[in-house]
Amino acid sequence: MLRFIKIFFLTNALLGAVVLYAGNKDIELLGAGATFPYPFYSKLFHVYSNAYNVKVNYQAIGSGGGIRQLINKTVDFGATDAFMSDKELKKAPMQIIHIPTCLGAVIITYNLPNRPKLKFSPEIISDIFLGKIKMWDDKRIKAVNPGVKLPRMKIVVIHRSDGSGTTFIFSDYLAKVSKEWANEVGRGKSLKWPLGLGGKGNPGVAGLVQQIPGAIGYVELIYALSNNMPVGIVKNKSGKYIVPSINTVSLAANIKMPEDTRVSLTNTDAKDGYPISSFTWLIVYREQDYGGRSRDKAKALVDLLGWIIHDGQQYAEPLHYAPLPKEAVKIAEKVLKSIAYDGKPILK
Amino acid sequence: MRRVLFSGKFIGVIQREANIDSDRAFKNILYISGIIVLILVLGIFVSLTLNSFPSIKAFGMRFLTGKEWDPVSREFGALPFIIGTFLTSFIALLISIPFSLAISILLGEYYKKGILSSTLNTTIELLSGIPSIIYGFWGLFVLVPIVRAFEIKFGISPYGVGIVTSAIILAIMIIPYSASLGREVISLVPADIKEAAYSLGATRYEVVRDVVMPYARSGIFAGFLLSLGRALGETMAVTMVIGNSNLLPSSIFAPGNTMASVIANEFTEATGNLYFSALIEVGMVLFLLTTVINIIGRIAIKKMAFEGGQ
Amino acid sequence: MNLLKIRTFKDKLFLSFVLLFALSSILPLFFIIFYLTKQGISAINWHFLVNLPKPVGETGGGISNAIVGTFLLVILASAFAIPIGIGAGVYLFEFRRSKLANVVRLSVDILQGIPSIVIGIIAYLWVVKRMGSFSALSGGIALGVMMLPIVIKSTEETLKLIPYSLKEASLALGVTYQRTILKVILPAGLSGILTGVLISIARIAGETAPLLFTAFGNPFMNINLFKPINSLPLLIYNYATSPYPEWHKLAWGASFILIIFVLLLNFIAKGIAKRWKVQF
Repeated sequence: MLRFIKIFFLTNALLGAVVLYAGNKDIELLGAGATFPYPFYSKLFHVYSNAYNVKVNYQAIGSGGGIRQLINKTVDFGATDAFMSDKELKKAPMQIIHIPTCLGAVIITYNLPNRPKLKFSPEIISDIFLGKIKMWDDKRIKAVNPGVKLPRMKIVVIHRSDGSGTTFIFSDYLAKVSKEWANEVGRGKSLKWPLGLGGKGNPGVAGLVQQIPGAIGYVELIYALSNNMPVGIVKNKSGKYIVPSINTVSLAANIKMPEDTRVSLTNTDAKDGYPISSFTWLIVYREQDYGGRSRDKAKALVDLLGWIIHDGQQYAEPLHYAPLPKEAVKIAEKVLKSIAYDGKPILK
Repeated sequence: MRRVLFSGKFIGVIQREANIDSDRAFKNILYISGIIVLILVLGIFVSLTLNSFPSIKAFGMRFLTGKEWDPVSREFGALPFIIGTFLTSFIALLISIPFSLAISILLGEYYKKGILSSTLNTTIELLSGIPSIIYGFWGLFVLVPIVRAFEIKFGISPYGVGIVTSAIILAIMIIPYSASLGREVISLVPADIKEAAYSLGATRYEVVRDVVMPYARSGIFAGFLLSLGRALGETMAVTMVIGNSNLLPSSIFAPGNTMASVIANEFTEATGNLYFSALIEVGMVLFLLTTVINIIGRIAIKKMAFEGGQ
Repeated sequence: MNLLKIRTFKDKLFLSFVLLFALSSILPLFFIIFYLTKQGISAINWHFLVNLPKPVGETGGGISNAIVGTFLLVILASAFAIPIGIGAGVYLFEFRRSKLANVVRLSVDILQGIPSIVIGIIAYLWVVKRMGSFSALSGGIALGVMMLPIVIKSTEETLKLIPYSLKEASLALGVTYQRTILKVILPAGLSGILTGVLISIARIAGETAPLLFTAFGNPFMNINLFKPINSLPLLIYNYATSPYPEWHKLAWGASFILIIFVLLLNFIAKGIAKRWKVQF
């Protein structure tokens, strides 16, 4: 019995020593949230961990998850494509600030034989996702796609099963262009979808659309491109049919950004802008001295954010995300300077 | 003090038990280990109830009958998940019954020993050992396309995922549980009553039908309850193939959600206390459901032990 | 027609049905293992086992952190479940006549039936929220709670099979109760207890649901108990539900490794049960 106890404690001491040793080498930052920018972030954090002694563990659990875990203070930063509303911010334990990181597009992808290039009007999109247009060869779809052979197949709607900023961007757009959508479903990260299957994360939706003939879904641009899936052309506010691209997304961002960076780009007024574009943000607490966080950790976080909005931007375009416009970077810098530790700003 | 018996007769006492400190301390450690388990279970129940409170207060009974799960308007009705759980589990149970009974009868009555017996026994054990994530993964890549092809052929919406696919995976997963318990009870049927039937000229089939099965009835029933309990709580395999739709399933080929899968999908992001509490209430309903089924199963096994003794 | 002939026919028919259904349940096992091996084995190479996962879209990623993570979580869970489990198992056997023991036995049964996702919720509420972060520790505790009932039950069952005369003899020779249990009874039942431990490990090694909101996942190698950690089932779940074929391949490889590990444990457990069993 005694021998057992001795061995038990010895093993525990050994484990403890290993833990302490392991804990001393690198600073680790934990983040969670949006899948919308996940390919961009996973590249960014991989590069950053090779260049600096900071390991960033980012888990793509959906924007809702990012907000929730930041509020619970179980992560160092959250990531969301749906900026927090005034109501949500009031409910948070302390003041939360938003740092934009890049721009992306929510696109319509679909699974049809021969992969036709399809055009969509806002009314058609809204009615498909409301379940009012049920077949691919519906005359309204045919009307905006003359000359395209549309099969007589049932439309299978795919949406998100988790709390998603991508869903927020999409529903925000639909609520602006369709009164019926605004009344029946509304805008939000988790919705009461009238019909369809749920996929987990952007990858889940892309996967389901890929596998189900006749499926239609909404995902961030890169998810469709990297899987060779068709991308829908959408009519914007000015009546032009826009192909989502880095260019058209950047044009949609040509708008005055408020001091706290929270702005919606959907249904943009920009003549050639893609109508379902959006910023995506990282959210952190303005006062970093909480829960026993060290000053070093806070500084590491601020340095990471600063790197992302400057040097990190070069990694956006290869992954089909649009980099931040100059004005956004300036405002983001100001927001960064406001992050403080124990009342004193971290950046001089 | 302990009475020492030899061949049932009293022959003396042991006086040393619990008389020295180390023995008393040791016994206390044993008590504590037992109590830890009790406290753990009570703690789980209390935690679930406390954290469900906001949701219970807001919705009351409506929670169980409400069809709408709407995080935007903060109306939470769990009926779609309750229905989804019941549909998948009961269909799975129905599918598994013939296979499980066949295995129990084959291994408990016909082939208690031999190569066939050990092969089948090993197979059942291996099946129960496969992790559920692998069942889900395999289901997603192998079973779903098969179901989808079937649906396309018969003109049903080609989801592939859905209630029926989940039920099939669950059926495969739960067969081992009822099969092994069934095998045990069937092999325990006393030889003398079977031989009495044979001596009256019954065929093997008739003995199984009229002697073995009625005798083993409660045990087999308990085995199915055990399987059902497992199916009700299964999370990962179901989440991957059920289609994740929060609407009431319109048919068994439609997508849906179970209580376990909706928690897995939405827990990490439930923003707002009511949403969070509603999900925990779903967890509590699931906890109560599986506990009740469990207890009924235990009662059935006890009943069998008594009846069997006659 | 001859009644006897009908009855004999029914008898043979019944046997064939029973054989048909029973043997066809072997099919899924073969399908699964065959498919897993076919898809998984091509993914296994040295890089796969030794590298860390790579970002989305890049090739050459590996599952080393998941393997280490699973290992660490198993050790954590065992450290929690084995002492308490054996202790409670001995308690249930030694004090089996007391009313409290019956209540405890009921609790063990209830605990065994609790769905793994609910255990995950509890671990989140009790450990993650209190600690303020996701951690390997919370995952290990969740898995430990799941191991507990299996260890307890197999310990109790094993002890039931040991003849009372062994304990009697030891006590009659003047050995203290504590030593009797620890040095005579438990070693006699070692094979059964060890079997229970191995089976419970095999059970939790493949559990995903409790880790979703406790261990959380980590793209880096981590052996720090207080930080999030990756594990094979988590990796499989994330990669399998993605649309990237490279990730699917990694998931198959990881599944293959996981199932080999689980089957190996089961195999060893059975071997121990047979070969180390003390005969009375």
